[in-house]
Amino acid sequence: MKLFWKTGEPYVLATGAALAIILVMSLTLVGTVMTNGLGYFWPRALVKFELKDGSAVLGQITQEEKNPISGERRLQLKVGNRDVFGQDFRWIDEKGIAARTTPADAVLLERREHGNYFGMLKDVTAEGMALTAATPYEKLIQARTLVAGKMADTGKIKKQMSDLNHTAESLRLKIQKLDYSGKEKNAASISELSAVREKKMAEFTRLNEQATATLAEIGRITVQMTDAAGGSKDISLTEIVALQKPNSMSIFAKGAAYLERVRELLLDDPRESNTEGGLFPAIFGTVMMVLLMSIFSLPFGVVAAIYLREYAKDGLMTRMVRIAVNNLAGVPSIVYGVFGLGFFVYGVGGSIDSLFFPERLPTPTFGTGGILWSSLTLALLTVPVIIVATEESLASIPKGIREGSLALGATKFQTLTKILLPMATPGIMTGLILSMARAAGEVAPLMIVGVVKLAPTLPFDTNFPFFHMDRKFMHLGFHIYDVGFQSPNVEAAKPMVFVTTMLLLAIVVVASSTAIYLRNRMRSKYTTSTF
Amino acid sequence: MAQSLEQTGSTPILSVTDLDLHYGAAHALKGVNLDMIRHQVTAFIGPSGCGKSTLLRCFNRMNDLVESARVDGSIRFNGENIYDLSTDVISLRRRIGMVFQQSNPFPKSIYENIVYGLRIAGVNDKATLDEAVERSLKSAAIWNEVKDRLNDSALGLSGGQAQRICIARAIAVNPEIILMDEPCSALDPISTLKIEELIEELKSKYTIVIVTHNMQQAARVSDVTAFFYLGELIEVGGTRKIFTNPDKKQTEDYITGRFG
Repeated sequence: MKLFWKTGEPYVLATGAALAIILVMSLTLVGTVMTNGLGYFWPRALVKFELKDGSAVLGQITQEEKNPISGERRLQLKVGNRDVFGQDFRWIDEKGIAARTTPADAVLLERREHGNYFGMLKDVTAEGMALTAATPYEKLIQARTLVAGKMADTGKIKKQMSDLNHTAESLRLKIQKLDYSGKEKNAASISELSAVREKKMAEFTRLNEQATATLAEIGRITVQMTDAAGGSKDISLTEIVALQKPNSMSIFAKGAAYLERVRELLLDDPRESNTEGGLFPAIFGTVMMVLLMSIFSLPFGVVAAIYLREYAKDGLMTRMVRIAVNNLAGVPSIVYGVFGLGFFVYGVGGSIDSLFFPERLPTPTFGTGGILWSSLTLALLTVPVIIVATEESLASIPKGIREGSLALGATKFQTLTKILLPMATPGIMTGLILSMARAAGEVAPLMIVGVVKLAPTLPFDTNFPFFHMDRKFMHLGFHIYDVGFQSPNVEAAKPMVFVTTMLLLAIVVVASSTAIYLRNRMRSKYTTSTF
Repeated sequence: MAQSLEQTGSTPILSVTDLDLHYGAAHALKGVNLDMIRHQVTAFIGPSGCGKSTLLRCFNRMNDLVESARVDGSIRFNGENIYDLSTDVISLRRRIGMVFQQSNPFPKSIYENIVYGLRIAGVNDKATLDEAVERSLKSAAIWNEVKDRLNDSALGLSGGQAQRICIARAIAVNPEIILMDEPCSALDPISTLKIEELIEELKSKYTIVIVTHNMQQAARVSDVTAFFYLGELIEVGGTRKIFTNPDKKQTEDYITGRFG
């Protein structure tokens, strides 16, 4: 028995067990997020319940549970039709159910507002449009294809309008600037610019009318729906985003609908205060913010580490700096947010505004939260990680390699750039991976320095100068918080929380894998051998 | 002055005069006087910590890297004191090459390892570099082993090959002196033999100073042997004389293995 303890076998087992526990925990985490998130988009059956009190309910079963006291089962249904019933969910007792059917022609309408509508399609009214299809459902599909072109046109018009708006705004600012610097002496150019701006504004108004007219035209096409409770409702075609008959869909049709929802999630803009629609702006914002953060923190961190490790004399000062750097990594992130607000946003941003954009004041340009300040704040937060990683990897390079280079007549700088930095790159990449993962998941400081619930424009577009560093942006982490806690219908939005989490995880995994792949390629190139 | 000078009668390429070296409070070299003759192999022997490596590292001023090191006295290389303020350390190290105890190939291809010294000196002409690679690999007696894989990583070589690559790398910049700090202590006997044969050949073109723990090696490869003990140069002379008939009792004790 004594020998058993002496061999160290139990400790090996203990370490193995610890590793296994960690593995199980991370797999459980990923598994939970995936099971909750992946199923959300699968078209679920619309079940109609005839209750014993004579009423009827149509909805999707979301939960089943046992009443812990009476032992009877009850079901939670998503009944939709928020504008009619006032709530999305409803509990029904199993013993109150008289009949349970899945009507083949039950229709699910995804709407622009008020969530989904579950019901039966009665008819489609289309003025001046010959709908030849036999059934109301086919008529609806026909009508949608007929107006699809017009819808796309209005989309294009909207884009033109936003460009015009952008031009008009920059003209307004130019006029403002001239105005401030002397109304009399610039009178000629002001009136010239004003004329141009008037023209743009007229064009804008014309396009706006055109778009409104088109939408009104489409809006005159309505569908008449009846819900399970017997009420009826007219829904305009412009309101409808998508429709399906989940009870009569084949598995392939369901698969196609699922993929369509995934596409929408990845590429479209959000709707209904973020609880529906896509997440493209949030994905884009997160990725762009992380990349900007890396651009700021990587060079600064590496350069600082090189100085600390290679050039600074090892003394009290260096040690203090090193301790300070290590402690920076442990400061609560919200503190960085507050610092970013005070220093970057009010300090630097305010100065930039008064120096370069005085005509826009008192509306701030850089003097308010934006993607630039967010990235800089997070760069500050992650730079200690890069410094420590770089220092470690520089320190791990054998002394013989440095001496070998110096003995051949290389200067310290040549040794650094030609030998040490390439060899330290894998370690630096590890630091970068850690800092990117950290930055992608950080929410608290961003809420103060530039993340918003809904950003009307991306921080990158086709208007000069393409990257708009002053713009606010959307972020997946904040999106999770916002949808899960701040949305008007938290319960209905919960699945979206898991979907968003899954996306955030995916982004971190993709970013890290890319970096790890690059690191391994470099590592195989620069590993030092011991014979 | 120094004994070796009297024996051969030719001019010294390196001459050490009253050299003292302190590492902080530790007195590592005490009043060393020694001359090294062109195209000869000088071996430094002595027990660990006797200062032989420290002296070797003074010749190309590698001790500059040690912050606490302080040097007094002079080392004249072709008549000029290398510890003068005006000395250009970079060009000095180009003229006095060094091979280390642990082979230290850079994590680059064999080719890039050899041309490293030339590239940092600003030579980038392909023909010159190619010529230097072939010449130095041939001089280091490893051309036949690696000529077909010059673009492979130098990290894949065996210990003995790596050490010869390091020698070739030192030769590539055409130094006048090659310092070798226990070049064979990490190698197997066959690789050791190859390096020793190489030293024999290199002697005709370069002056070699070698530090070794292996007395048979010193006896085999060197023309002149210097024995150090506790930071002092105890005795220096022709290798045959040192190993057969040393003047000092300490030298005899060390060589016969009575201490050290």
